[in-house]
This record gives sequence, structure tokens and C-alpha cells, in this order.
Amino acid sequence: MTDTLLARLTPIFRDIFDNDTLTLRPSMTAAEVDGWDSLANIRLFVAIEVALGIRFSAVEISGLANVGALVALIERKLAG
Amino acid sequence: MNWEPASLSWLPEAPSDFRDRCRQVSGSGAGRALRELASHRLDGAHLHRLAGGLARVVAGGGSLDPLEPFRLGLLSNGTTEMLIPALAASALRHGLALEVVAAPFGQVAEEMLRPDSPLRGRELDAILLALDHHGLPLGEGLGEPETAERARTAALAPLALVRSVAQAPLIVQTLSLPPETLFGHLDRRIAGTARHFAEDFNRQVAALGDVVFDVAALAESVGTAAWHDPAPWHLARLSFSQRFLPLYAEHIARLLAALRGKSRRCLVLDLDNTLWGGVVGDDGLDGIVLGPGSPAGEAFVEIQRMALALRARGIVLAVCSKNDEAIAREVFRRHPEMLIKEEHIAVFQVNWDDKASNLVAIAGRLNLGIEALVLLDDNPAERERVRQALPTVAVPDLPDDPALFPRVLSAAGYFEAVTFSDDDRHRADRYGEDNHRVELRERLGDLDSYLASLAMRVEFFSFDPANRSRVTQLLNKTNQFNLTTRRHTEATLKAFEENPAAFTLAVRLSDRWGDHGLIGVVIALPSGEDWEIDTWLMSCRVLGRKVEERILAHVVQAARAHGIAGLIGIYRPTGRNALVAELYPRLGFSPLSDGRWRLDLRAEEAMGDTRHAGGADGEGQQAELAV
Repeated sequence: MTDTLLARLTPIFRDIFDNDTLTLRPSMTAAEVDGWDSLANIRLFVAIEVALGIRFSAVEISGLANVGALVALIERKLAG
Repeated sequence: MNWEPASLSWLPEAPSDFRDRCRQVSGSGAGRALRELASHRLDGAHLHRLAGGLARVVAGGGSLDPLEPFRLGLLSNGTTEMLIPALAASALRHGLALEVVAAPFGQVAEEMLRPDSPLRGRELDAILLALDHHGLPLGEGLGEPETAERARTAALAPLALVRSVAQAPLIVQTLSLPPETLFGHLDRRIAGTARHFAEDFNRQVAALGDVVFDVAALAESVGTAAWHDPAPWHLARLSFSQRFLPLYAEHIARLLAALRGKSRRCLVLDLDNTLWGGVVGDDGLDGIVLGPGSPAGEAFVEIQRMALALRARGIVLAVCSKNDEAIAREVFRRHPEMLIKEEHIAVFQVNWDDKASNLVAIAGRLNLGIEALVLLDDNPAERERVRQALPTVAVPDLPDDPALFPRVLSAAGYFEAVTFSDDDRHRADRYGEDNHRVELRERLGDLDSYLASLAMRVEFFSFDPANRSRVTQLLNKTNQFNLTTRRHTEATLKAFEENPAAFTLAVRLSDRWGDHGLIGVVIALPSGEDWEIDTWLMSCRVLGRKVEERILAHVVQAARAHGIAGLIGIYRPTGRNALVAELYPRLGFSPLSDGRWRLDLRAEEAMGDTRHAGGADGEGQQAELAV
């Protein structure tokens, strides 16, 4: 499940950060990705919401530590 | 395609290499390239990327010609960093190179009171005042009309201030409310509720005479529960759900274009399956679907009603259709359910020529630029062809359901206006009716490369029980591309199937838009050493794509395999098949003394003529169409 989800998220991340070689790892944080500032973060979450048909609350968006936490959150939403 | 306003679904989908193209924009064609990239269905990430491409060209000092510069002042009580790039990218779609001058966050009054503020200066083309409910004093004076009235006056104070010091025209946003109520239905009656306040505020805004940006209506159109997402406000002081950012920015951009007089002026209508259901050339005046009695018939009436409503506010109507002009005009004259009459149409451009050329002719006749035209056409292949040849003509993508055509056309906002006058009311009449066909000056674009881009695939079959009923249907309803119009029965077809001397052919076509099914039929019967073509017909949906040349190549190949000396063609005029009167001479047949036509296969072979070579033989065989 996690790998499938990472594969679905990869093109979204590449689109948002305009980086065709970006490879997602669960431990990856915003600080490691060029251009991942607060506004890019909002664009990222809108893109994920639209692509996966889910919605994030402000608390959820602001509380994520890394890509792995994001994936776990999405998994819970898709399961629930 | 589904109808989904937030995704700008009237625009064609963005190419998969969109980001690469944004990076590559440069040089003298940059303005045009940016505009073309903007004319797709762009989401927030696309817009950001395109704005990056624009900024790069600007920073490099490159020319944005033919885009027109526009300087917009922006006053908002929210964060504008997301909006500004989205706005710059959306403005490209409307031919504008936008520069935004924004007041610092939340400083509407302070900025306007600063004497040296750029927002007060003459060099702005317009100022947008974008206040939302977070920035207005809602909920004061509950049940006390006078206090509530004072609150509303106070809410209009920034607007009054901006009006008094700004020199540029103002665009004022209306107030949309989140769905939360205080009492519920009673809110609308009680002074001091948010609902009551918003009603008053919006009425005042409309009365002031500035340009209105009706965000209240925009948010309603997608649903206020979706629009007013609290998350973006709590995270970053963003006023509404950012999934609607492309829609919001597009609406501002089209208002700016309207201020510049760049709104479209003429709605060009296709006929078959756009103004009525069915194909009049085949189904006949009585066979088309229009009017009460069927859901589809009702839907086409609504399309006509909308076109007439647009005409009444000054939009000129024209017709561009691949049809026989006399047959098409008959519908306007004689069909009892037609709301649109001949006199409503300023130019009829009805013929079998390429639509792009016909659109140029329409624009020329009306003395309009082609960027003033909108083409409403149900056929995706025609739409694509026009977009390729004439990228500045607006060609909305349409859903399959014609009942949604009016909604999509409206949502696309091609005819946005900032004023309405008596002059507009009578404009369409002045164009009058034009009974003269406009002669085409030149063919536009490269038809062959367009046809190649359709990736057409033609497949050939003999008649068999599986395709017999569709072949019978084609034989009995095809009128226009039909050389002999012989209406064979299913029993006769069965006899052809079982007769080894008879050559039968059912032709199937598919392209990148989908499978068109069986679209052509040929029957050839032995006549001495020759084959006589008893029947040759094609569905008019696929005319103009050189499929006939491909079919002939196949028949020639089959005939040669059978040792046949020549093909004999007959044209029997019926009053509805003038389209193919010259088909045989055009394909290289020579006249015989009795009015028939003959293609000598042995002479062709001896001369090494390869014009008709290359047909694949056998059942179900495929061929990529080489054009």
C-alpha cells in the first residue's frame, strides 16, 4: 500500500516542485526539497486533495513531520 | 468529459509535457507561446509553473508581443501571494501581460492613505478591491436596523476611500458567505445577520457603478460549502478553497479583458447535433430531433434559446456547418420547432470545406478579427482542427450531453461585458442577414498534417450476418455521400453475401477520439471483365478526411486480385447527393459515352501508376491511413 501510494504521489510532487528526478522517501522532510515553502505546501495539498478525492484539515496539514507521516495520514483517510 | 466548473472544463486538457514547455518559452514567439499554453485546462500547479515561465521572459527583458500590458492594483484583506501568479498566468489566456501591484497584507486603508502609494497613481489600468467576509464587520446590530445600517456604511468605507483617491477604474468584489447561519431561514429577514448584511452590501456594490466582480455568484455556482474551506484561511489567510483558485483567477482575467474590449463578439454555431439532434442531410427535415416530445429535443431548444438570448444582448450569430446549404436552410425556414430563424443569422457558411477557412470567411464578412469568434461544435475532431489552425478562435470543449451545452458556454465567459447599452441591444440586427455565400480566400493550415494527427485507422470487412443490420441501416439512411442511393433490403444483402461473384465491403473507422463504427459501404458486381460499383456510400460524419481515397485503393487492390480489368462508376443524382457528383472524375475515372465512369486497372498497371496501390486486402485487415 505504502509503495503504491508513494508511486501515486511522486508525479504530484514532481509537478509541484518542478523536479523530474524527485524520489520520495518516508523520511523526507520539507527542508530537503528545494522550493518546499509554505505556499508550495498549500499547492501540494490542494493537488493531493483533488487527485485522491480527500480533504485535509488545517491541523493535519500543519502537523506532518515528513513524507512518511503524510502517507500514513492518506492511508487512514482512504481506508476510512 | 464530465461537467465540472472548477477545472475550467471548457478548455482543452493541458499537454503532458506542460512543465517542459513552460521552461522552454523564449525568444520572439514567447508572447504567443505563453498565450497558447494558458489556453488549457490549468490547475493551480500549472498556473504557478506558467507564471514562472512568464516571469523568466520578463526578467530576461524579452518581448511579450502581441500580449497587451495591463497593470492591476490589488487590495485584499487576505494573502495575495497565491493569487498573483495565478492571475498573471490566467491573464495570458486573454492576451494580457499582467503586472500586479499589491498592497501589503491587510493594509487596504493604510495603503490608500499613503500619498506616494503606487495604487493611487495614474499608471494603473484598474484596481481590484477583494475583501471577503473575514475583513468585514458582520454580526453587528442584531435586530437593530439602525446599528446594522451603520455597520454596513462602515464596511463600505474602504471602498469609498479607494474611490476617492484612486485614479484607475475600480473592480469591486461582492461578498459571499459561508453556509453557517444564525437562526436559519429567518436570517434573511433579521437586520444584523450576516445574510442580511451581505444582501445589503452586494446591492450597494452593484449600485455604485464600478465594475462588479461577482464572487457571491461564483461561489454559489460551485457551492459555498466547498468554496469556504476553513483550512486555507487558518493556515495562510487564504480566503477560499484553493482548488477554486484557477476559476477565481480566470474570472478576474476575463473582466480585465472585457475592460480592454477583448471579449468575444460572435457565436458561430455548428448545426447537426449542435442546434438539433441528428444529421439533417441523412435524417431529413422530419427526422431531426428538436422540440418538445423528447429530452434530447428539449435540450436543443435550450441551446437555441441561449443563442437568441446572447443575440438580444449584442452577440452576433453565424452558422458554420458541413452540410448542403439548401438542405440546412430548409430547417431554418420550415422546421416548426426552430427558434432561430434565418434572419437571426448574420452569416451562413454552409459547405463541405474546412471549418477553419470558413471561420476566417465569417470574420471577414462581419469585419471582425478571428479572435472575436466562438465556435460551438459537438464534434471533437472539428474542434481540434480549428484549434490547431486558428488558436485564437475560442472553441469550448463540450460534454456529451447537449443539455449541458448552455451551461458550459456560459461558464466559459467568452462574452463577458462591463457595460450594456441600447447600442448593444440592436447590434445583432444591424449585421442583417447575408444570403451570399462568402468565397473562401485561402485554405488554412495544413490539412494533411491535421489528418495525420487524428491517427485514423480504417478496417475493411466483407458483409456478414454480424454487420448486416448496420449495413442495411447505412444503405437506407445515407443520402449525401451516396453515389447511387440504392436502398437494398436485408434479404438482398444476404444474397450478396452468398454470391461469390459479388464484392462487398463494410468499412470501419476509428481515430484518437474513439470508434466511429461502420461508416462506409461498397458493393461491386461483375459486368463483363469489369466490376460495376453498384453502391458506394459513406456516413457524412467522416467526410473531408480522405477516407474515400483509402476505400478506392482497397477496392482497386481487391479487383486486381480477382483479375478484373476495370471499375465502372455510376453517379445517380437524387437532389441530395450533389456532394459526390464529381467524385469519380476527382479520383481519376474517365467518362464513358453513356454517362458512367471507368477506371482502367490494366492501363494503370501497365503505366506503373501507383496512385491506387497500397490497399490492404482481406477481412478485418487494418491500415494506418497515410495521407
